[in-house]
Parts: sequence; structure tokens; C-alpha cells
Amino acid sequence: MKILVCMKQVPQKDAPLKLNESGTWIREDVSYEVNEPDAYALEEALRQREKHKGEVVVITSGPARAQQVLREALAKGADRAIHLEDDKFVGLDAFNTAKAFAAAIKDEQFDLIFTGLQSDDYGYAQTGVILAELLGWPHATIIMQIEKTDTGIRVKRELEAGYFQYVDMPTPAVLTIQSGINKLRYATLIGIKQAKNKPLKKVSLADVQSAIGENLQKIEKLYVPQKTKKTERIEGPPAEVAKKLVDKMRNELRVL
Amino acid sequence: MPDTILVVVEQREGKLNRVSWETITAGQSLAAATGWTLEAAIVGANAASMGAEVATKKLAKVYAVQSPKLEPYTADAFAAGLKQFLASKQPKLVLMPHTYQVRDFVPKLATSMGRTVISDCIGFRHENGKLVFTRQMFQGKLAADVSFACDAPWFATFQNGAFRGDKAEDGATAAHVETVALEIADNVIRNKPQEVFKEAKQAVDLTQAEIIVAVGRGIKEQKNIEIAKQLADALGGDLAASRPICDSGWLPMDRQIGSSGQTVAPKLYLALGISGAIQHIVGMKGSRTIVAVNKDAEAPIFEIADYAVVGNLFDIVPPLTEEVKKAKAGG
Ligand SMILES: Cc1cc2nc3c(=O)[nH]c(=O)nc-3n(C[C@H](O)[C@H](O)[C@H](O)COP(=O)(O)OP(=O)(O)OC[C@H]3O[C@@H](n4cnc5c(N)ncnc54)[C@H](O)[C@@H]3O)c2cc1C
Ligand SMILES: Nc1ncnc2c1ncn2[C@@H]1O[C@H](COP(=O)(O)O)[C@@H](O)[C@H]1O
Repeated sequence: MKILVCMKQVPQKDAPLKLNESGTWIREDVSYEVNEPDAYALEEALRQREKHKGEVVVITSGPARAQQVLREALAKGADRAIHLEDDKFVGLDAFNTAKAFAAAIKDEQFDLIFTGLQSDDYGYAQTGVILAELLGWPHATIIMQIEKTDTGIRVKRELEAGYFQYVDMPTPAVLTIQSGINKLRYATLIGIKQAKNKPLKKVSLADVQSAIGENLQKIEKLYVPQKTKKTERIEGPPAEVAKKLVDKMRNELRVL
Repeated sequence: MPDTILVVVEQREGKLNRVSWETITAGQSLAAATGWTLEAAIVGANAASMGAEVATKKLAKVYAVQSPKLEPYTADAFAAGLKQFLASKQPKLVLMPHTYQVRDFVPKLATSMGRTVISDCIGFRHENGKLVFTRQMFQGKLAADVSFACDAPWFATFQNGAFRGDKAEDGATAAHVETVALEIADNVIRNKPQEVFKEAKQAVDLTQAEIIVAVGRGIKEQKNIEIAKQLADALGGDLAASRPICDSGWLPMDRQIGSSGQTVAPKLYLALGISGAIQHIVGMKGSRTIVAVNKDAEAPIFEIADYAVVGNLFDIVPPLTEEVKKAKAGG
């Protein structure tokens, strides 16, 4: 099986975010990490390759810093990487990001493409499904299990409120992967060493420019959300906070 | 002809998903702001059977968009069918709830029409003739106003809970229900979905719990969960967690709270090191009192907390446990 995994670099979960001057994006001087479900998507691709042979290719679009995500993936066992490298890729909407990916892989033949189900920064929850449509492939979303069958694959979709569903589908296909589908591995020292010699192809904005167009949606303004609920801050040293909370629990909430 | 807003409600096996009423409320509010006409569509093999129920709301018209091919649900059939229907009706704005099903087909539908979806919106504003949709970004830490930069039809989906379903206005008279039969070719549908099922019955039922101590990734390591467990035990409450804790196998899946876990409404919900992503919040926002401990003063969990403790949970929780024990012992 030849599998492509889309992996995005996003601000670290704990990173304090500040708005840029124009209030349209964040100031980029924060720490980054791989988008969580994308890490699970990579793990799943590696496991599929271990079972069925083939190749795992990772792709990202973003500035030079995003290469870190590809390096980590190569260290964990991906065979090669593709980096659509330009600061401008950050500002693309999901439609254009998917178009750029489709253009970058037009000479490749993948059996499966994995994306995460959603990015932590934009949270569109769309890029994978759009890519499938652009390629004319079937897709399935929020995937918790993948098995090869005689005619294609059988996947387990997560539905709301604890429900699931198996879906049989042909390949090639795009799957959007949910966190928790497997247990993540760590990169080994040997893996990190080997990664240095693995192919990492760069694709410039100019290379895919003709495939993408103007964004179809535009962020007018980014801001810190306004609080609507009245929240009472409990302050002081820990011991005092503990006393105050217990007092609330006993006298106001009456749960003690 | 005036512009129209079309709300596509969601149904499964002849039952309307209640979140559909929220989308109708959103549509009514948008119609009031823009002066556009509001219509609704039910999509499914037996859509007409739900027509009367939807038609009670204040809507100019209800379409029952039908084809046997729409059952069971597939993204292929829904996208192909709705594309056909939208091409004939040409609404300006198409609204849907941001459900798992909608996430599965609406990006495909919009892409097939060369259009875009502003997804998971929590509100909108109509100012000086311009319509902007508000959505959360960066896991709720920031919000964005987003506008369409393409021709209609425009697609937007609304987050669960963004509007109140019980505020959907009834119409003076029932709206007219028109049945539309779609032609969906055989070779359109590529996926074969099997029956929907629920995993073997859960061992832990948190829905009746009165006190819940929930841990998130702020707990850092599996062994630290003990700290929260001691607090839960002292309080006589149950231990629960955010998804990443269960994904890592630190606590069993049946202790997960949120859209893909349990929905709870205890008297007291103590959130320790939980950021407050919407998928977690939908599972616990009905709690009578929410106490959140988080070292990040900007964490979205504080938006819904009644009591906020900005601090390190490892400093706060152990003395809190002691204090609770003292109180219980009659101190
Ligand atoms: C389709 C879908 C379904 C999902 N379903 C669910 C679901 O059912 N339930 C669910 O929970 N999530 C669900 N998620 C995941 C959800 O989006 C979030 O990723 C998840 O809830 C985050 O968990 P968290 O708050 O524990 O972790 P994080 O977001 O990483 O937050 C950790 C928090 O801990 C704080 N912290 C760190 N150290 C300390 C310390 N020492 N003291 C105090 N605070 C500290 C940090 O400031 C941070 O706010 C779902 C996502 C998707 C896309
Ligand atoms: N710039 C990017 N680079 C790599 N993968 C991406 C990028 N943008 C989106 N993706 C993939 O698409 C998934 C869904 O993202 P989104 O549609 O933004 O929620 C992510 O989990 C990634 O797998």
C-alpha cells in the first residue's frame, strides 16, 4: 500500500497566542508541534505498511519551520517527505490547501491518503474531504480502524455519542483519522539518524500557483472571545484556595 | 426574486436530529437581519414523513428532498442529490448543523460546486450589508469573523449549542411542504455503510453522578491521575477525563466526557487541567456548578466555569483533598 499522510504544524497546545498588528492572524513567534490527529494518521500509515508493505509519504504545507514535522515523521519511519514551502501557504483556505496538495502529488499513485480529522489552528474539518472530491476519490471521515479487504478497505467510522459504523469502500480513497485510533510510537535514535538520509522534496508556491486561486473565504478579523458567563475567580495561595472552595461546596453548592 | 436562506435539517431513520431546531433558529435570525426568505429542506428516503413536523416553524416553505438512494446515508448520494436540488433552487445561503454527518458530506458538496463552507460557526453579524460569520479558532482560544469571497450559494454550518432550538419560532400557519424527487445514478455511490452500532455496554455510567472530578492533559502523566482520584474519593465523586487521557489509555474510554463520550450533568464538575475544547464542553456544560483549575488564565474552560482557579493543579489539588477530608470529618 502506498499511503500519503498530510501533517500540519500547529501552535503548541499551551502556547500563549498573541494577535498580529492587523488582527488577522497570530504572531508566529510561538512554539509549534504536529497537529494531534495527524500524528495518529502517521502511526496508522506506518502500521498499515508493516502489515501490507508499500510506502509511507508525508506532506505538509507551510513555512520553513514546518519541516520539523516532516523530520519527525521520517524519524518515526516514513519513507520520504514533501514540503510545500512558503510563508503564504499559512493563509490559504481549506479549498486552496487541498488544491495545492492535489497539484503537488499529481504524478504519484497513492492507494490511500490520510489526513487528521481537523486542524487545531483553523479547525475547518474540511481539507481531507475537499482533497477527495478534487481527486474524484471516495472518502470516509473520523476513522477509528482500517482493514484491507479483497475489494478495498473496511473502515470504522466514529459517529456521535458513542455510536460507530463500519463502511466498505474501494481504493484509492481519502480517510480523515481520529485521535486515539492507535497508540503512538516514539522515534528511535536509529530512526532519527536514518531520517537525515531520507528524501525530502521541496515544492515552491510557484510550482503549484497555477492550481490555486483566490481564497473563497476570508478572515476579516481575529480576536479574543468575549466572556458571557459570570465567573468568580478564587484567588490566593493554594491552602487558601482549597479552604475557599470547600466553603463554597459546603455552604453554597451543598455537596459536602 | 428575493434571496433565500435554505436550512438543511438533519434526520436519521425518520427522526429529526434535535440540533436541526437550532439551525432553524439561526436561519430565522439571519432572515430577520437580512430580509431574505427562509426555507428548509429535509433530505432522505422518507423525508416527506417529517414534513409536517418541520412545517410548524416559521418558514416560507419546506422541501422534502427524496430518493431511495439516500438511505442508508452516504456522502456520495447526499452531495450528488443536494447539488442537483441546490442547482434548481439557487439559494443564496445554505445552513446546516455542524454534525458528524454534515462534516462528512458538506465540504464535498461545496467543492463539487466550486464553493466553500464556513464551518462550525457560533454566530453571525450583518453590518452595512456585509454578512460575517463568527467561528472559533485555535481550539476556542480565539474567535474570527469570516466572510465569503465567492459567489453564492454560500455554505455555513453552526456549532451544536450556538443557537437555542427552543427559540425556533412557530409559523402562523403551517408552511407548504413540497416533495422533490431526485434522480441519483447507480454508480454515484461508492461506499457501502453497515449498520450503526454502539460498542458493548459501558461499565461506568457517569450520567447519574452527582460529583465528577475530570482530568485533562494538564495532569501530564498517568501516575498523576492518582492525585485526582484521591480528590474524587474524598468527595465521594466519580473520576472522568477528557479525550486525550482516554486516547492514551490512562483511563478507560467509558470515563470520557464529551461529544464522543458521555454527556453528564452533575451538581459539581471539577475540571482539572482541561482546556475546554467545544467537544469536551458539550458533554458537561449542563453541570449545575463548574469549577475549573487551569494554569492558563485564557483557557476557554473559564468561559463556562462558575468558579475559576488560575493555577497549577499540582499545587491546588492536594490541599483541596485534605480540606475536603477535614470538612467531611466534621472539621
Ligand atoms: C470529532 C471530535 C470529537 C472529540 N470528542 C471529544 C470528547 O468526547 N471529549 C473530549 O474531551 N475531547 C474530544 N475531542 C478533543 C478535543 O477537541 C480536545 O482536543 C480535547 O478535549 C483537549 O483535551 P484537554 O483539555 O485535556 O487537553 P489540552 O487541550 O491539551 O489542555 C490541557 C490544559 O491543561 C492546562 N494545564 C497544563 N498543565 C497544567 C497544570 N500543571 N495545572 C493546571 N492546568 C494545566 C493547560 O493550560 C491546558 O489548558 C474531540 C475532537 C474532535 C475533533
Ligand atoms: N497546511 C497543511 N499541511 C499539512 N496538512 C494539512 C494542512 N492543512 C490541513 N491539513 C490536513 O488536513 C487536516 C484537516 O485540517 P482542517 O481542514 O484545517 O481542519 C489536518 O489534520 C491535516 O491532516
